[in-house]
Amino acid sequence: MSSAPASTPSAIVRVEGVGRRFAGIKALEGVTLEIERGSIHGLVGENGAGKSTLGKIIAGVIAPSEGQLLVDGEPVDYRDPGDAIADGIVSVQQEIALVPKRTALENVFLGIEPTRFGLVDTAATRARYAELQESSGFSIDPDAVVGGLRVADQQKVEVLRALARNARLLVMDEPTAALTPDETESLLEVARTLRARGVTIVFVSHFLEEVLALTDTVTVLRNGRLVQTSASAEQTPERLVEAMLGRSLEQTFPERRPIVEPDRVVLGARDLRRGKALRGVSLEIRAGEILGVAGLVGSGRTELARALFGADLLDSGTIELEGKPLTATSPRNAVDAGIALVPEDRKGQGLLMGRSVRENVGLAHLGELSSGPFLSPRKAGLIDALLDRLEVPGHRRDVAAQLLSGGNQQKVLFAKWLVNTPLLLLADEPTRGVDIGAKRAIYELIGDLAASGVAVLLISSELEEVLGLAHRVVVMRRGEIVTDLPIAEASEDRVMRAAFGSPPADEPRDGGAP
Amino acid sequence: MTKTSTAPAATPPETTAGNGRHRRPLALLRDYGIVVVFLALFLALTLSSSTFLTSQNLLNLLAQNAPIGIMACGGTLVIIAGGFDLSVGAIYGLAGVIAAKLAASGDPVIALIVGVLAGLLLGLINGSLVSLFSINSFIATLATGYVFRGIAAIVTGGFLVGVNKDAFGQLGKAELFDVKISIFIFAALAIITGLFLTRTRYGRYVFAAGGNAEAARLSGVRVELVRTLTFTFSGACAGLAGIIAASRVSSGQADAGAGLELAVIAAIVIGGTSILGGEGAIWRSILGVMLIAMIGNGFNLLSIDPFYEPIVQGTIILIAVIADSRNEGPITRTIQRWRQKRALPAAAGGPPG
Repeated sequence: MSSAPASTPSAIVRVEGVGRRFAGIKALEGVTLEIERGSIHGLVGENGAGKSTLGKIIAGVIAPSEGQLLVDGEPVDYRDPGDAIADGIVSVQQEIALVPKRTALENVFLGIEPTRFGLVDTAATRARYAELQESSGFSIDPDAVVGGLRVADQQKVEVLRALARNARLLVMDEPTAALTPDETESLLEVARTLRARGVTIVFVSHFLEEVLALTDTVTVLRNGRLVQTSASAEQTPERLVEAMLGRSLEQTFPERRPIVEPDRVVLGARDLRRGKALRGVSLEIRAGEILGVAGLVGSGRTELARALFGADLLDSGTIELEGKPLTATSPRNAVDAGIALVPEDRKGQGLLMGRSVRENVGLAHLGELSSGPFLSPRKAGLIDALLDRLEVPGHRRDVAAQLLSGGNQQKVLFAKWLVNTPLLLLADEPTRGVDIGAKRAIYELIGDLAASGVAVLLISSELEEVLGLAHRVVVMRRGEIVTDLPIAEASEDRVMRAAFGSPPADEPRDGGAP
Repeated sequence: MTKTSTAPAATPPETTAGNGRHRRPLALLRDYGIVVVFLALFLALTLSSSTFLTSQNLLNLLAQNAPIGIMACGGTLVIIAGGFDLSVGAIYGLAGVIAAKLAASGDPVIALIVGVLAGLLLGLINGSLVSLFSINSFIATLATGYVFRGIAAIVTGGFLVGVNKDAFGQLGKAELFDVKISIFIFAALAIITGLFLTRTRYGRYVFAAGGNAEAARLSGVRVELVRTLTFTFSGACAGLAGIIAASRVSSGQADAGAGLELAVIAAIVIGGTSILGGEGAIWRSILGVMLIAMIGNGFNLLSIDPFYEPIVQGTIILIAVIADSRNEGPITRTIQRWRQKRALPAAAGGPPG
């Protein structure tokens, strides 16, 4: 079905014995792999398994430390992404790489602006943008400043930018991580459309169901090595997980334990208001209860957590912690009162990427780790105990946080709040960009904390996570809590309908009429 | 689907990513390059000049550079916390002028103390401006530097303010065991600031504020306060440096220390403290200060045309910044590629049949 000349081999890209080290640490080793022309090829593995690294090498974003990359059977030696783009290989990165202060239009055509007499041809640019929107099904205001867009929309701009470069091989690294189910479905549709037009796609993702639904071939990596490559049709999520972990994972979620003290209300928030983000939110969380917060991106979930933590100021509303009014006007006060926040963006809001793991863990509780003003080496043992508990490898504790895998970084974020066990834990997307093994560890940790009496507010875009862990689920929409369900009554369908604000049975895609 | 046909994983347990953690020599050289360069120059001067390695010369060098070293201690904290202080040269001048003015009419010791306090206050103003209005500190202190310098000119009317009291000159001239007091002050300040940064929790806050302000804030660090205090400390250091200099020449002068702010930043950067904030050390800045001092000293001792001195200094600053650039520039990448080519035998496999 491919219209490629018959003389070319069927592989568009071949990597041979490719390896890559970062600061002496091997991220990838001896990987040999072929990408079929016109196929969608999935790369899966735990975080730190090397799948993003492999994707970046194929896209010329980073150079391999060893081995050879062949495109159309010819050895290539990409010096920077520009070389790869010239060959029609474009990447859409996991970390968004846009110019935040410029518009979507400018970002999409950055470096390839259509010109006329040496000046940017605005009319042609806009026409081309409209075409791209049409073919992708995305609708992003071309004049919107990218930094002001939601992460999901920024992701779309990235995809548009790749499309604008007439990519024949697109490397997509976790493209759906920040997207809602609807947006994800439309992105997968875009990928299928592109394949039909002969574009090859390398699809790096954590979402196995998504990978199996989309890809033709799937490659599993583990600890920087290739484990297996097989036709996606022959695979199941369970078998992929087994290959990724090297063992089987019986059960994703730990057993749900009863609420420790159902009569002790830890958090009582009443009528919280902040601009359009929070429009009168009231909720209670009891000791040992995990309250799941579902809702679309932008529904006010993150804003709720930030307001409870004092990171954003409220217009009005009261917050009580253990029955005492909390006048948390700053994160410092919240920390002192026993509130912990694991923010959604670990790179921007969570970690000091350039500092060591130990330093990051200690940062929020240096008082407890010091004698007077001086840091106490003796008390620093507490940090090691926490890292042991979370199974962060010992040889990774003195390296800069940026050298850790996503899963280990997320564990460090949690460890930071366990120096002193908090009364209330606010976890915003606690497993975003985290591999399955680390996910399981984080789920267990959240369950254990709740079992020890911590009240937990769990925000997640992964519905199964909310339904799998929480005792009670609230759904937010446009700054309000629209539904409050005990877990026994919560179903994916009910939660999604509430999140989208659709009355039961209006959209055929959600399962049709009951 | 009971059995899985996964390729048998004959790999050892996957808990550790199994990688030796040896630092590459290049990375070590980047981190400790300042030490190597410092020692190399020290050795070269020792061998090429009979006067260099004499206590007389070395103590002179330290005494001359005590003021800039003191300012570098303050400046290092500011830069690690993510700021810039371009007003220290002006604070240095104004503190000296204030001390000299007061000493002429009152108690010289109190006058000197007031000079330091004036520096502290001016630093507090800098910090408050930067924090309260969240303005870029580079611009804010550029502006306040003009203002402070202008105030100094008004106070003096453009004239030198001489002080004829012995006590005023003691700070810059007096010696203890044949070592100038200013050297003790410099050493004490460097040690205290260094311990503050590495051993106290407040030092950690400074690193956190510059490393990732939002993450620090969400960890309960009062980032604005931390930044304000680094500017206050920097101002106090500049005031201290200013009165030491004024004491040494027994006079205050409105344009004293012009351009010193840039020399301070140069020394800090040469030492290897990141201008992006979040990383650095006091000992680095001290070595940076002394490296620049030794270059000047070398020109003197070896009677080299002093016109070449700024060229050498500028080149060294550039080398320092290039060595610090942690991103992979095209040159770094080319070197890596070349190494890799050399390491690989020419066994480029052909395309699959």
